[in-house]
Amino acid sequence: MGFYAVFWREMVTLKRTFFKFFASRLVSPLLYLIAFGWGLGRGIKMDGGNYLEYIVPGIIALSAMSTSFNAVGTSLNISRLYNKTLEEYLIAPVTAQAFVLGKVLSGVVRGLIASLIILGLAFIFRAHFNLNGWLFLVIILTCFLFSALGVIAAMTINSHEDMGNFNTFIILPMSFLCGTFFSPNQLPDAVALFIEILPLTHASLCLREIARNGDILPVSLGVLVAYTLVLYAGAVLVMQRVRD
Amino acid sequence: MVIQINKLTKKYGDLTAVDNLDLHIRKKEVFALLGPNGAGKTTTIRMLTMLTIPTGGKALINAQDVTSNKVKKEIGVVPQHMNLDLELTAWENLELHGRLHNMPRDKLKARINELLTFVEINPRAFELASNFSGGMKRRLMIARALMHYPSILFLDEPTAGLDPQTRRKIWDLIRRLNAAGLTVLMTTHYIEEAQILCHRVGIMDKGRLIALGTPQELMEKVGEVVVEFFGGTDTGYKFFARRQQALEYVSHLKGDFLVREVNLEDVFVEITGRKVGD
Repeated sequence: MGFYAVFWREMVTLKRTFFKFFASRLVSPLLYLIAFGWGLGRGIKMDGGNYLEYIVPGIIALSAMSTSFNAVGTSLNISRLYNKTLEEYLIAPVTAQAFVLGKVLSGVVRGLIASLIILGLAFIFRAHFNLNGWLFLVIILTCFLFSALGVIAAMTINSHEDMGNFNTFIILPMSFLCGTFFSPNQLPDAVALFIEILPLTHASLCLREIARNGDILPVSLGVLVAYTLVLYAGAVLVMQRVRD
Repeated sequence: MVIQINKLTKKYGDLTAVDNLDLHIRKKEVFALLGPNGAGKTTTIRMLTMLTIPTGGKALINAQDVTSNKVKKEIGVVPQHMNLDLELTAWENLELHGRLHNMPRDKLKARINELLTFVEINPRAFELASNFSGGMKRRLMIARALMHYPSILFLDEPTAGLDPQTRRKIWDLIRRLNAAGLTVLMTTHYIEEAQILCHRVGIMDKGRLIALGTPQELMEKVGEVVVEFFGGTDTGYKFFARRQQALEYVSHLKGDFLVREVNLEDVFVEITGRKVGD
């Protein structure tokens, strides 16, 4: 039950700072929806539908990614390098698997809340889409894999500044290029091919298909599951090797 | 023996932080590793608590290798740096520790109350730890290390940076814990602390254990009385077995001097040729 102790700690702090977290998760998607849904996107049609309905699944994927990655990665990196609170877990009889699971699940909870905020906003903006279990499964997988990536980054990057650089060079480009605001098919072939390997692309594609038709894309789901397993295993491995 | 250290070594590249350390610590003993910064005291404690992986040698705690997960239940650790979770209250810091050690829920509450009372933080149990003074944080860290009923407590520089009054409070805590049956392994560079609290002392320098014994034994090795004489920018030391010999010696001295009883600092100076803080 070691993972639950780790998860419990995260939920205690989330509860304490919930209003601040909620407000901060509201701002970016609200701006995206206003700028790209109402503003720029008012006259744009994508795949026969309005642009607002096109971008909502992409914004959910993007928000799930950035929230879960930063919730786990940034705090864990600070805990390892500056506060040294990670030592409390290293001296406790908690396995690396349990520690990573607890941290990743806390990232999933935060990512899910951020996604629900966007769903709420989308309804306010009168976007129409299907809600079903597949949609939540894809959101959870997206949060899980990016939380695990957050653990790997936090355990291997040795300065807070470089964590910021990881965000700038990896997370931010994915936010814009992985099918969030436009189809990767519009990019040059070589770039599109690379973009299609990335997990956020498959999260966006999957969520868009579910929102539009209620159906899952099996290949994209498979890619997300594969990323989840590989990144979780990677996170456990770096956690096992964190001692100097 | 509660702790058996055999040829324990830690290297960082060309630097040998701990060099073939052999040391045995007895049950219910308060033992101090004494030495200047960089002597290898903290690295030794980090290896014993598995925060640092040894390059060579072996360490056993209660006859189990320190790499065993079972050892984690036997030890409580108070590191030198403040590593409380400042986003949690005092109560929550202890509860998290208890949960990490899989303590039964019904015992958690009673144990937290008991420890917060023991370290005199009970009235502020539900305040964030970030609001606490340095001394309160250190006391809370001791309480946290005791949560899961360890039999051995590791204290790394437990009073570093604290004011004299708070330091004495921590000393009282350590005495009470030892009286209750805990074995304590601490590091310090405060001579007075080691002399007052510890049954035995090991002096480390440059990663090696250079002296071992009770404070009294170590002091007797260099003499009973020391004459400190001040000339120019340097201070000289001369040790004597008897006070009478020292008094005869100073009767011929010109300039300022001080005759006093030997302390552990003198032992360190005599063995290494340097002061503890150098």
